[in-house]
Amino acid sequence: MPACRVGLLVSLAVASVFGFSALRFAGVSKAEPAQRPSREQGLAAWQQVYSVLTHPRCINCHTATNYPQQGDDRHRHVANVVRGPEGKGVPGLNCASCHQETNADSTGVPGGHNWHLAPLEMRWQDPNDQPLSSAAVCSQITDRKRNHNLDGPGLLKHHEEEALVKWAWNPGRRPDGSARTLPPLTHEQFIAATRQWVEAGTPCPPGK
Amino acid sequence: MATYQITVNGQRREVTVDPSTPLLWVLREDLKMTGTKFGCGISACGACTVHVAGVATRSCIVPISHIGDRPIVTIEAIGNDAVGRAVQDAWVDIDVVQCGYCQSGQIMAAVALLKHTPKPSDKNIEESMGGNICRCGTYTRIRDAIKTAAAQITKGGA
Repeated sequence: MPACRVGLLVSLAVASVFGFSALRFAGVSKAEPAQRPSREQGLAAWQQVYSVLTHPRCINCHTATNYPQQGDDRHRHVANVVRGPEGKGVPGLNCASCHQETNADSTGVPGGHNWHLAPLEMRWQDPNDQPLSSAAVCSQITDRKRNHNLDGPGLLKHHEEEALVKWAWNPGRRPDGSARTLPPLTHEQFIAATRQWVEAGTPCPPGK
Repeated sequence: MATYQITVNGQRREVTVDPSTPLLWVLREDLKMTGTKFGCGISACGACTVHVAGVATRSCIVPISHIGDRPIVTIEAIGNDAVGRAVQDAWVDIDVVQCGYCQSGQIMAAVALLKHTPKPSDKNIEESMGGNICRCGTYTRIRDAIKTAAAQITKGGA
């Protein structure tokens, strides 16, 4: 099958997942002028992004508390691990005391470059470990005072390239040998949704 | 099986093991360095703590294939370091140990703390040592010994 047809099928599949007009999504071709997605399309794309950000592989390290979480039930990290001043634990009990540069599937310990907790200004949970609303997470992620000064393209690049973001789709195995669960979208779908949202001007849903 | 060149306590060592073998097993079974202890095997107790490139590391869950060129220091050599010596001396002076099983891990964690935080507060000590479990409950003596070592280090400029 020619690569362009494969690409079209992938685009159609992605568009159907996102609930966009398949025709419009697939129609982002070189033959037609690029058209900025509508606010409604941007908001729909944001909801897809939000579904990933609030998956345990992502939100477990975006806590509002003094500790990271573990597992799909998002329980408090074992061994009394604490955040520390830079989100990397404390001397004697750093993140790197266990988490190496890559996953250690033989022992079930996940790993990735610069393993750390997101800073508190990037928390996506409340102090009771409940995920913040879609509006609240969107507000945080688009606030350049709270997102390392990233604009829309910067956010897209972050989602595309940051090692710990990409780790969510390669999270390795648990100590019992079973595979860790993945976010609800593939990384490619996540990027497509982020791009759609960014191109729509990073709209956020109303509310708190 | 694969062959690895690792640096342990300043000495180059060669081991041929399965890449998934945890560092702890390499130390104890292959290099016969039994000062580092097996406690829980799931990084939850800290008995297996060694230093890898200066970072207190749970050796029971780090495969040898992840070590690379980073130097390893174990309890057998920590006394060669000024901070390590001060900690071990304080451990003896305070008579911290009861059964002793967890103490090599406790000392390695304490040294890591003091190298980064020469004058630790109670909170510093509780957070840094909170992942090292002692079933004998020697925690108060551990805290006293860390403070004693800190005072010695400050006094002696270690």
